[in-house]
Amino acid sequence: MQNISGKQLAAGGAVLALLVILPLVSSSFGQHVMIITFMFAMCGVAWNVMGGYAGMFSFGQVAFFGIGAYTSSFMVLTFHLSPWIGLVAGGVLSALLAALIGYPCSKLRGHYFAIASIAFAEIVRIVFNNWKTVGAAEGLTLPMVKESMAHFMFHSSKLPYYYIMLLFLLLAVAVCYWVSTSKMGYYFRAIKESHEIAEVLGVNVVRYRLFAIMISAFLTSMAGTFYAQYILYIDPESVMILAISVQIVLVAMLGGASTVLGPVVGAAILIPLSEYSRAWLGYKGTGADMILYGTLITIIAMYQPAGVWGAFNSRMRGGK
Amino acid sequence: MSAARLLDVQSVSKYFGGVRASDDVSFHVDKGEIVSIIGPNGAGKSTLFSCITGFHRVDKGRVFFKGRDITNQKPHIIGKLGIVRTFQIVQVISDMTVLENVMTGGFLRQSRVADVRRDAREMLAFTGLADKQNHNAVELSISDKKRLEVSMSLAMKPELIMLDESMAGLTRVELREMIDLIRKVRENGVTVVVVEHVMEAVMELSDRVIVLNTGRKIVEGPPKEVVANPEVIRAYLGERYNAVRQ
Amino acid sequence: MPPVRNRLEYSFMEQFVQQIVNGVLIGLVYSLLAIGLTLVWGVMNVLNFAHGDFLMLGMFLSYWLYTLAGIDPLFSIPINAVALFLLGMFIYRFIISKVMKGPGLAQLVVTFGISIFLSNVAALIWTPNFRSIEHTLLSGTWDISGIKLSIPKFVSSIGSILASFGVFWFLRNTRTGKAILAVEMDREAALIMGINTERINSLSFAIGSALVGVAGALLATYYYIYPFVGGTFGLVCFCIVALGGFGSIEGAFIAGILVGVVQTLGGYIFDPSYKLAIVFAMYLITVWIRPQGLKGW
Repeated sequence: MQNISGKQLAAGGAVLALLVILPLVSSSFGQHVMIITFMFAMCGVAWNVMGGYAGMFSFGQVAFFGIGAYTSSFMVLTFHLSPWIGLVAGGVLSALLAALIGYPCSKLRGHYFAIASIAFAEIVRIVFNNWKTVGAAEGLTLPMVKESMAHFMFHSSKLPYYYIMLLFLLLAVAVCYWVSTSKMGYYFRAIKESHEIAEVLGVNVVRYRLFAIMISAFLTSMAGTFYAQYILYIDPESVMILAISVQIVLVAMLGGASTVLGPVVGAAILIPLSEYSRAWLGYKGTGADMILYGTLITIIAMYQPAGVWGAFNSRMRGGK
Repeated sequence: MSAARLLDVQSVSKYFGGVRASDDVSFHVDKGEIVSIIGPNGAGKSTLFSCITGFHRVDKGRVFFKGRDITNQKPHIIGKLGIVRTFQIVQVISDMTVLENVMTGGFLRQSRVADVRRDAREMLAFTGLADKQNHNAVELSISDKKRLEVSMSLAMKPELIMLDESMAGLTRVELREMIDLIRKVRENGVTVVVVEHVMEAVMELSDRVIVLNTGRKIVEGPPKEVVANPEVIRAYLGERYNAVRQ
Repeated sequence: MPPVRNRLEYSFMEQFVQQIVNGVLIGLVYSLLAIGLTLVWGVMNVLNFAHGDFLMLGMFLSYWLYTLAGIDPLFSIPINAVALFLLGMFIYRFIISKVMKGPGLAQLVVTFGISIFLSNVAALIWTPNFRSIEHTLLSGTWDISGIKLSIPKFVSSIGSILASFGVFWFLRNTRTGKAILAVEMDREAALIMGINTERINSLSFAIGSALVGVAGALLATYYYIYPFVGGTFGLVCFCIVALGGFGSIEGAFIAGILVGVVQTLGGYIFDPSYKLAIVFAMYLITVWIRPQGLKGW
């Protein structure tokens, strides 16, 4: 990872300024689309830390998303604690669970790891679907309380949610950037190349794999808590399904895995696509929006497999 | 009683099912030496390397490094203690530049990125890859990749470096360069053990040569003696001395 | 007529055996499905996310043949096999072959896209409703000293066994079959030997799809048919293939039966709603102990 040039910094600043102003001139639905885009972008960046960098392709990230959502919601409902406390608690819980499940999976690579991650996430979903304490299939509903930052709840406008999610995303990007330029990032990429070569270089492969998984889980969990506070209703079918995990992988991959901003680009393409097509075509219940979505991701994967960011990058460098 | 030997391999055996890949092999290496391990294909040379550096569990025997028992330790711990190895099929990190590859090795001893980068640049100057430092590692030729492997290993500031067939597939000129590099490495205080087929390099570099055949050590001694030994010649039946490509 | 026994009168042992029998019956169909998936994986390193949706198409084909033309599912087997064979070949030639040279992730995304496409088009055309085939040629239940054997399930298992062994035989005894095995073992060597690996790719994908078509016909005799039925089967199939060892056909066969038994028994001993969780847990525990699954055991 090279250091950022002045030109890139200026471009980034301009984009950021744009993002700050944009919601002020958008419709409520437009703001919603951008919020969900940031949310998936954050999850994509989190996925990248363990997938794009360390080579662990997880298709089970939704488990941490769901645990984040459920932890904070449960703590709000049962202990009347601020969702911000739940945010941290969910993150810690997710990170611990990630380590717990990640440790025995230390020797798994490639498709074996991917399927193990699916198996893990499905177990979590099935457990939550049957667990009466957290509402089983009916899920949890968060009560409307007085609008405030401490309550992490806003009724009159989506703007506070927008800016909070944007900040979360920036946090995730900052973490990912820090990882990629630090010793950890180098070690992750060695692990991705091969366990053998990493071991020879003195890397404790088991330990660093766990670091990657835990960082990824914590960030994903934060997004889950946000979702719960934004939508105010969660159930296994909305926060623990495989489709969300796949969406996260798609976002990271379409944008360009193993680049810091790739997932943001991927989300910017994929999420508006699915949200708008659902709004225009999905209301009939025909699933036409899904047909469009499926077709489009197939075409994108066929004709631009390195991802949009990868294509953009290579054009900037004069093509490779 | 003299100080403990740098590396002390005692009666190491490794079995794969019924095959004795390494059979009761004992040898030692003293600080500052260049020792070569030779033998026909299948003699168990790479297996021995793997046993010493923690990639295979030994079935019998012990390995001591600076007097400390390192038998069956994990590879990354052995790396931290000061032993580094390369692989028969050269391994470098693909989606990194040459410089970044060396830096990855350097992070073993230092944490600050700027320091590691600076030391890596110096290392590349030492091994002659400085002008290629921003190239993608995959784009290098075989000989440069091997040089990179050595650079990465040296960045870990080892006391002992174990090179697995680093001369294979090199042209005459590249061979000469590699031999010079290994000499330089020893002059800078790193003890060297090599597994080799290319006899020209073995003859030039080695202080001592160890010959393996079907997992057992059959002869040990200075290069000229070993090469003239009838048992060694018999073991190599049919193998030609000169394996250097033009 | 022997007196009908009250359910409570069945001993624990009898119920246990009953569950194992049920497990083996569904397991054998799993095996057939898994063989198709592992064949594709072994030959071209692609994990087909749309595998379950091909099954769904096979089931629907049998359903419509039965409903509109009165053809019993068992007789639709050859029709299914051919239809899915052609579909597989088509999808490989026009879609999947385009991403073979790209990163592995692109291949996964493509098959996932196909999966979404197929299941939602099916829902659009045929509605998401559940359907079933009521009166097949061979229906009813045998009672063998207290163990109930559902005849459609039994016949399906026999069909699966025949199809599975048919594939074994084909791979080992025909020229084309051996070519497929050669590519599976070492792609580059096969290429050097003059084998057209691209043709083998499309052939393997087509054969894998044909097997799924057969499984679809067999399942249609007793399972619910609906556009999203592929999802769960696909997931379980992945676990089976990984358990058996990616690319190992014998492994897939055995793992399929194993998973069928574990799922049924697990659902019986614990809670039916946890059936799948138990299968997934079994997968995890197995690969923790033995990362390569059952391969080479």
